[in-house]
Amino acid sequence: MNTATTGEAVQKEDSMWKQKELINGNYARLARAHEEGRKVASTFVPGNLNELLMCFDFVRNLPEINALQNGLRKKSGAMVREAEKAGHSEDVCAYVKADLGMMMQGNIGPMGEPLPKPDILVLSYTGCFTFMKWFELVREQYQCETAMLHVPYQGDGTITPNMRDYVVKQIKEDLIPTLERVSGVKFDIDRLREYLVESAKAEDDLVWVLQSAKNKPSPIDAYFGGVYYIGPAFTAFRGTPEATDYYATLRREVAERLAAGKGPITPDGEMGEERYRLVVEGPPNWTHFREFWKMFHEEGAVVVASTYTKVGGVFDFGFRHDPTNPLESLAEYCLGCYTNLNLPTRADMLTQYVEDYQADGLLINSIKSCNSFSAGQLLLLREVEDRTGKPGAFVETDLVDPRYFSAANVKTRLESYFQMISQKRERHAA
Amino acid sequence: MSTAPIIERCREIFEDLDFKVVRAWKDAEPGRKVMGYMPFYVPREIIHAAGMLPVGVLGGGDQLEVIHGDAYYQSYICRIPRSTIELGLTGRLDVLDGMLFPSICDVIRNLSGMWKLMFKDKYAHYFDVPQNFDDGVGGAFYIEELKILCRDFEEISGREVSDEALRRSIAVYNKNRRLVNQLYDLRIREPWKASTTDVYLILRAAMVLPVEEHSDLVREYLAAAQDEEKPMRDNCRIVLCGTFCEQPPLGLLRSIEMAGCYVVDDDFMLVTRWLLDDVPLEGDPLENLSDAYLHHSGETAAKYVPDVKTKGLHLVEAVKRSGAEGVIFASPSFCDPALLDRPMLQNVLDAHGIPYTSFKYAENSGQMQPIREQAGTFADSIKLWSAA
Ligand code: SF4
Ligand code: SF4
Repeated sequence: MNTATTGEAVQKEDSMWKQKELINGNYARLARAHEEGRKVASTFVPGNLNELLMCFDFVRNLPEINALQNGLRKKSGAMVREAEKAGHSEDVCAYVKADLGMMMQGNIGPMGEPLPKPDILVLSYTGCFTFMKWFELVREQYQCETAMLHVPYQGDGTITPNMRDYVVKQIKEDLIPTLERVSGVKFDIDRLREYLVESAKAEDDLVWVLQSAKNKPSPIDAYFGGVYYIGPAFTAFRGTPEATDYYATLRREVAERLAAGKGPITPDGEMGEERYRLVVEGPPNWTHFREFWKMFHEEGAVVVASTYTKVGGVFDFGFRHDPTNPLESLAEYCLGCYTNLNLPTRADMLTQYVEDYQADGLLINSIKSCNSFSAGQLLLLREVEDRTGKPGAFVETDLVDPRYFSAANVKTRLESYFQMISQKRERHAA
Repeated sequence: MSTAPIIERCREIFEDLDFKVVRAWKDAEPGRKVMGYMPFYVPREIIHAAGMLPVGVLGGGDQLEVIHGDAYYQSYICRIPRSTIELGLTGRLDVLDGMLFPSICDVIRNLSGMWKLMFKDKYAHYFDVPQNFDDGVGGAFYIEELKILCRDFEEISGREVSDEALRRSIAVYNKNRRLVNQLYDLRIREPWKASTTDVYLILRAAMVLPVEEHSDLVREYLAAAQDEEKPMRDNCRIVLCGTFCEQPPLGLLRSIEMAGCYVVDDDFMLVTRWLLDDVPLEGDPLENLSDAYLHHSGETAAKYVPDVKTKGLHLVEAVKRSGAEGVIFASPSFCDPALLDRPMLQNVLDAHGIPYTSFKYAENSGQMQPIREQAGTFADSIKLWSAA
């Protein structure tokens, strides 16, 4: 989001500024961490244990966020190429290559400040096979301690007691002792409970914001805007009072927009009339983010629900961090992230989104990098089309590798999709 | 007896995309059930203990025309899931009563869910293996997962998976693994006697034949191969790495051999050799299978290596054990596990002064000339290097 709304939406800017402060603050903390004697943990977004890491005073570094921030700043392309020059295959996930390329270029973070060597890699292996290889590759560079948290996949569509026990045991017997040793801080479960109280509050507000898109017109864009809304809750801030405050502010702002019957704000200002309501599956493209979004808002297309905004927790289906059951709740959190769900569950969820959010159809943005999301998406598209009777569409881009964003192709696809929706509506009306 | 008729039989099995051998086994007795599985590892002992036939499903190779399967996958996803779907949609896998999808990568993981959506009347199960190797943590988890298999297979087969049955099956597979290891040993000793295409075809037969029958076949081959006089060539010796899932076309293996390389170790069909020692017969069989997985199993890109210092050493060991002079990385295009792992393995080889070369393939690659040239150049450089 940007500041195009100055004057008409002062409070909206409040949440934006708050988020900006959070992010900048974290990068600054990372840059100073070692100088201030603080330990640094690197970890992944899906199923991260931010609250637990905070119990040991770790400063948190999230390589996926560095990659996407570099993507937004158009720096990632060179990093990806650098990694490929060093022998990494053009076929594999560009997040990994952007991260390794950044390291090769001196490990200067997206904000221009140096990123520290992590004291520990917390390999939360949730919902993506690549994570394991990614941290093995990073570990090879830093030769630093790595703690693996293996989160089993919901292959049969449920979290079994065996899966939960396994994750809890790893946290108790493996992760916590390792984090204690590396940080020198003793684990205090009451401290964890306090953070989880904050998390649950923020999650309530996040869900409220995301579900505001059920209204017509939707006051938010739940994909392009949504990626900002999930930021604090999915990364280094979940569990902090600052994140809770961010969500309370955001909720107030969205409530006001809703009361005023307004649509989403876009980087180019207020969105015009809402003409199409879409559900989107898959991560966004970061290298051409604004351009991509523009193809939607210019046409009056608003995304009312997305699955990418569930990669760090499917809170809208009821999960909340639970301070009364801290470790079990952390385990369930990891197990329940979107990419840890099997395809039948994903198909059900998408169908439900199309119906509950009164969408015109499902659009899939298929990401070359990401087999975890992408393998099987063509079947998902068919399933959801069949079940809802609403037309779907498929575009292909990449996360942070600009070579795989073909603006002309994507635009043509989208335009014909919007046309198809209109025609279908007209036929229906006739 | 010569090896030729044995290999001919294996080739027929390999070329038969309709799983006739499996159908014949199933038809031989009413009520027989068959359980399919994909790479890289499932405990076949449990399938066997339920009286079912474990059948490895490795895609369609270069013989199958993929017509429907491509509609399910974007161009940047490897070939094996699409040809496997093709096999399913064309009814060739009807003979299976279920499919297991091991935790090897996100593509096969997601295929498990696609299978549930596409073949609703068939059993489809994602089989998770632990990445934590403590008995009380990963082991406890794994044993419960094995119990799920036992329970599900009992239901499908109508036969109890008793401890006794498990022990019997473990013994049968121990024997088969020993024989397969002997085959690998023979190839290390006298690679001109057991060519890599032979070894590959014999392992392919292991994917569909009842294990007892396969053990007989390996035994016969070993006896015949020992006695056969075949010319020894001035080839270099290499380890082939990266072929653990999507299959290299047979032509590719032949090309490597014809380019002057003896393959003396590889990662074909790891399920046949994944457990490194005999699984003990005394004690609790599931605990024994778990212990074998956690502490006595191989390494591949799908398995986490907790200690950075040991990462990649399995490959160095394989080179030493087999007396190889270099490594050829042959990875399927778009294979995340193989391609993400490769740079780390290459670094370890660099540190040990072991030369390597790398290329990619697809199960339906047709053009072998570039691969032959690359393997030939590699073989020449190794010879020059060792002569210097
Ligand atoms: S494969 Fe997908 S989920 Fe995994 S690291 Fe890459 S983008 Fe993230
Ligand atoms: S070839 Fe590689 S990416 Fe493809 S299914 Fe097999 S392991 Fe997964």
